[in-house]
Amino acid sequence: MKLRVGQTLLAAAIGLTMTLPAVAETIKLGVAGPHSGDLASYGIPSRKAAELVVAKVNANGGINGKQVELMVEDDVCKPEVATNTATKLVSAGVKVVLGHICSGATKAALPIYNNAGVIVMSPSATNPALTQSGEYPNFFRTIASDDAQAKAEVNFALNVLGLKKIAVIHDKGDYGKGLAEFAKIFLEASGKGEVVLLEGVTPGAVDYSAIVQKIKRSDADGVIFGGYHPEASKIVTQMRKKRMEIPFISDDGVKDDTFIKVAGKYAEGVYATGPQDNSANPLSQTAIDAHKQAYNEDPGAFYENAYSAALALVNAIQVAGSTDFDAMKKALQSSDVDTPVGKIHFDESGDAVGVGFAMYQVKDGQFVEVK
Amino acid sequence: MISLEEFKRSFKVALWFMFLTFPLLVIKVNPIERTVLWKWENMAFVGIGAFILSVLIRAFFIQKERSRNSSKNKRRFGYIGDEPLVQFILREPKYLYPLSGGVLIFALLFPALFDTYQTNIMTTALMYVVLGLGLNIVVGLAGLLDLGYVAFYLVGAYSYALLNYHFDIGFWMALPIGAMLAALFGIVLGFPVLRLRGDYLAIVTLGFGEIIRLVMENWNAFSHGPSGISNIPRPGFFGMDLSLDSAILYIYYLVVALVIITIFVVNRLQDSRLGRAWIALREDEIACQAMGIDKTKTKLTAFALGATWAGLVGVIFAAKTTFINPASFTFLESAIILSIVVLGGMGSILGVIFGALVLILLPEYLRVFSEYRMLAFGGILVVMMVFRPQGLIANVRRTYQFKKSTKGGDS
Amino acid sequence: MEYFIELFLSGLTRGSIYALIALGYTMVYGIIGLINFAHGDIYMIGAFTSFIVATVLSIYGFPMLSIIVLAGLAAAVWASAYGYTIEKLAYRPLRHAPRLSPLISAIGMSIFLQNYVLLAQTSDFLPFPELIPEFDFIEPYAHVVGSAEIVILITTALAMILLTLVIKFTRMGKAMRATSQDRMMAMLTGINVDRVISTTFIIGSTLAALGGLLIASHIGQINFYIGFIAGIKAFTAAVLGGIGSIPGAVLGGFVLGLTESFATGYVSSDYEDVFAFSLLVLILIFKPSGILGRAEIQKV
Repeated sequence: MKLRVGQTLLAAAIGLTMTLPAVAETIKLGVAGPHSGDLASYGIPSRKAAELVVAKVNANGGINGKQVELMVEDDVCKPEVATNTATKLVSAGVKVVLGHICSGATKAALPIYNNAGVIVMSPSATNPALTQSGEYPNFFRTIASDDAQAKAEVNFALNVLGLKKIAVIHDKGDYGKGLAEFAKIFLEASGKGEVVLLEGVTPGAVDYSAIVQKIKRSDADGVIFGGYHPEASKIVTQMRKKRMEIPFISDDGVKDDTFIKVAGKYAEGVYATGPQDNSANPLSQTAIDAHKQAYNEDPGAFYENAYSAALALVNAIQVAGSTDFDAMKKALQSSDVDTPVGKIHFDESGDAVGVGFAMYQVKDGQFVEVK
Repeated sequence: MISLEEFKRSFKVALWFMFLTFPLLVIKVNPIERTVLWKWENMAFVGIGAFILSVLIRAFFIQKERSRNSSKNKRRFGYIGDEPLVQFILREPKYLYPLSGGVLIFALLFPALFDTYQTNIMTTALMYVVLGLGLNIVVGLAGLLDLGYVAFYLVGAYSYALLNYHFDIGFWMALPIGAMLAALFGIVLGFPVLRLRGDYLAIVTLGFGEIIRLVMENWNAFSHGPSGISNIPRPGFFGMDLSLDSAILYIYYLVVALVIITIFVVNRLQDSRLGRAWIALREDEIACQAMGIDKTKTKLTAFALGATWAGLVGVIFAAKTTFINPASFTFLESAIILSIVVLGGMGSILGVIFGALVLILLPEYLRVFSEYRMLAFGGILVVMMVFRPQGLIANVRRTYQFKKSTKGGDS
Repeated sequence: MEYFIELFLSGLTRGSIYALIALGYTMVYGIIGLINFAHGDIYMIGAFTSFIVATVLSIYGFPMLSIIVLAGLAAAVWASAYGYTIEKLAYRPLRHAPRLSPLISAIGMSIFLQNYVLLAQTSDFLPFPELIPEFDFIEPYAHVVGSAEIVILITTALAMILLTLVIKFTRMGKAMRATSQDRMMAMLTGINVDRVISTTFIIGSTLAALGGLLIASHIGQINFYIGFIAGIKAFTAAVLGGIGSIPGAVLGGFVLGLTESFATGYVSSDYEDVFAFSLLVLILIFKPSGILGRAEIQKV
């Protein structure tokens, strides 16, 4: 399998694609995301998800009799590399792409795909503008957008936990900072609570005790954090070690089993929003088991979203009968598909409908839905 | 041939590498399920691989030693007389002009010969040629180690993006403005660091580059923060809007033109009074001052002129990707541009061009190796430096020889 | 006041980690004049090795104390083995090359090592076992300072005293000082310069590995990329203090750590790094060779 992909890529690289007889009997599915560099841990699980789904589909005879061929490309999460990646996939005749992972890279790549009539589905790009601006008719995603999450977090903090003074912390990144700013807007609009601190931490810094002391001094009775699990676990660990027991509410960048593994006992009691509880969903179990079987470890970030996206794309191709842009779009919007994140289809703007959204709390080393 | 002793040494090397890679390659632990996976086969691979590689390298050096001893005056590959072939061609207009003409024609026909993807990455590579040539002024000619060159690139890119966003200023207006702003930043940075030497300069420029990027990341009201600026228009062609394919083509030719202009200007600069002052400054600051060269002015012009090119390319970068955010301007980017200059051969224009093409196209073509791509890239960087520390095409110092009917060498 | 002390302690913790890594930078720079960009990755490899060893041992049920000792030893041994090998492969052949060539080789090595660990292990963040126990006597002050912070401070102090003694009083230390003053002259007096340089890399790597072990068990997680940022910060610290000077590296580390901590505490952590780098620029403007660096007097 790998070798074949390699050869095709090579052929594409030498520019022979045009002269080759069209490889008509396969459907090419592009997978783009960071597979090297500092953000690789967010891209590799999606790649594995795509590989597993495609292997399964191919073993069952492919889609409408055609085998699916994966074309995996690394974009390092950088916009300028993402445009090259996108051009490469488009040149190679890819009509369906699973990716990109980072919102910035996705934004840079989308116009190129759109121009070529390529359907793009991201498991992780949460920037609201991607679907709400209406500029990217070819874009779909299996994850909720930042503002929806921020709203859920704020409501939970104010109405369920009854917090009044909230420290909003983020990781200065595209995702985390966007979320934190939405949280601030919703908090201020609600009139029920105030933002006592809004600050960004530097990802990868060796120690966060200074910011933890600052949160303590701000007298906040709760923390909303926008960002990913590595920073969250560092902050929570240091907060708890400093004997600060105030609630810590975060997003689905944190609602990841790695968070519990890394933060260990300090993860107890942390809240995080995320897709509805899927553990009862047999598909989710199948997906995780497949990963464990193939790689002998638990899946990483966005794995289920990517698995779902791959299933949704495969289903859409099947229903549409081809990779034609309009037919696929229609199929994505109309045909429900069972995935690890629930039974989903997509709305006009490209957001998934049916991805339930819930608040979780870590209890005894597991995310448990808060009812 | 290789003696038994050599085999023994290679064997020891293999053992050493097996020891070295033992914990990271062989043991894989799962700290949650508390299981350990021992991958002994990896150790065997490392051992065999290291042994074979070591024997090959030894054989190569023995061969090299032998050929050096036996054939002192035989023709060496790639040399004409005592001179490397490249230098010879550069010196003789008779060969140089037709050759560069050929390269130019190839460059112009490139989009017709290859597909859009190829054109796109070639555009990127050519942009780095210009960046490399710009940095070459600072590092190669003036000898000022700059690890924050990417800051000027950022200034160029953001000036177009922001001017367009707020005032709807077009690409062609933004191009000179971006270049000028970058030059201004070059001077602003240049002033405080005039007294610094060598590696102190390096870290201050690195810090400066980081400061600018962090400000862009945090100052949302000004720069839109980490989510960046999207929908930056591509350059218009006399007011026409181009389709994506033709826009890529258009930008490609734009960059080709920029490369030609850059080569011309940098070449002339090198031979100018200013260029010689830079080289003198690089060689010996004190002697240089004693000769009456204004050190401050010379250094500042080096920074300003170097930054100008970065600003120009920055504007084109913003127009090409149509989306920018601070993540594109990290220290690693500066390191890559510096690698282009050093790997190509400091101070040598042709070297920098080759360096940029190799370093930018390499990771793209290494995509064939998928996940081993960056590993190979890092390894190749090391190996290239070890085998050709002076760079791919070293700069040859200007020498004057008294020979009949020759004008003297050119670099 | 309590807030000030808290920030001060947090700055010291940060600073001592920077100092541990900065020592490696500064020693290597002092001797061969190379900015060893791969040094941050040695720190990462040290942390990873101790992670693997500690986890394996705890799975096989070894007692805590032996785990700490063995993990520390393994980290030191393998980090210095990597340091030694890298010097031999990537820097030694370039000793007489143009000044910037080894720098590029170092950048390449850094990229290589990161991706090597990424491929050999995983891209994910891994939980690092808590090797530093929670001391009971600290409990009343736990909201101010943790036992991990105290252990880090004490270990750093010990390591620095030991290093100073080694450099001041041993034969190897003398040889190192001689080599850093004038390599050619040292060679003429019969010092085996190659060996001195190798030793320098080994000592520097051991210190980095120690830093990696301490910080990883303090923050409880590692991945293949942790070396990059720590490396850049430590390099900044080394230059701040005056690169090539050993007390300078320590002082630079603390100054940098404290600046960041106070900037976060009293201004905003948004601009934490901006403060750190601005301080660097300011100090170098007024003292172009760092706080404790010797001003180079150029003779003509």
